[in-house]
Amino acid sequence: MKIQLRFFASLREALGSEGEILEVDRDAPRVADIVALLRARGGRWADAFATDKTLMAARNQEMCDDQTPLADGDELAFFPPVTGG
Amino acid sequence: MERGQIIVTSAPFDPHAESERLRAENPAIGAVVDFIGWMRDFNDGDPVDGMTLEHYPGMTEKALGKIVDEALQRWDLLGVRVVHRVGELRPGDPIVLVAVASAHRGEAFRACEFLIDYLKTRAPFWKKERTASGERWVEARDTDHEAEARWRTEQGENDERNG
Repeated sequence: MKIQLRFFASLREALGSEGEILEVDRDAPRVADIVALLRARGGRWADAFATDKTLMAARNQEMCDDQTPLADGDELAFFPPVTGG
Repeated sequence: MERGQIIVTSAPFDPHAESERLRAENPAIGAVVDFIGWMRDFNDGDPVDGMTLEHYPGMTEKALGKIVDEALQRWDLLGVRVVHRVGELRPGDPIVLVAVASAHRGEAFRACEFLIDYLKTRAPFWKKERTASGERWVEARDTDHEAEARWRTEQGENDERNG
């Protein structure tokens, strides 16, 4: 399945990427599975998605958590805790 | 009538005029409570001369809409108007207006505080400020998350009492 990843703010800068289309070779991945996949890339991906880092996620523009299941064609965004207002 | 209005804008806005727009809509409005957030010229001990407000286009409006819908369900309100800047800001610029109208003041005060507490923890905006030593991302505050958690606890207690 294909997931559209998007990265914002300091996470985008740390990764040097606004996003990408990720091809995922497993059934019913959860957000946590995508995080593990990205962490496994090593280097700045491992740093940015390290287990002690606080990140938020949104599936199809709705806040979600790491147990949220994903479907083909989903947009999955990762970002630091928000600071609006 | 649509009771919740949400505006995300890259242009400067006048928070007092926007609040007046809300009030003028409905003569039944007896109370308006405004929260206005302003950009300051210092933060975390350093002078700040500018800020870039990043957001997640599409999700920003959706997230604000959900927060406003929750306030409209939770309190008896006549209207809500939320205006939030994005893009480049200078010290002294208004960042956000949360204006809440009701028949009487109790609902408006509570809903306004709820709305800004939820906006600060759930709406996809990120501030990058410019100081003499360069640019830095503003960090989220624990106190904002504690405030948001108190509203969720209170709602849980209300649900138990009424359920």
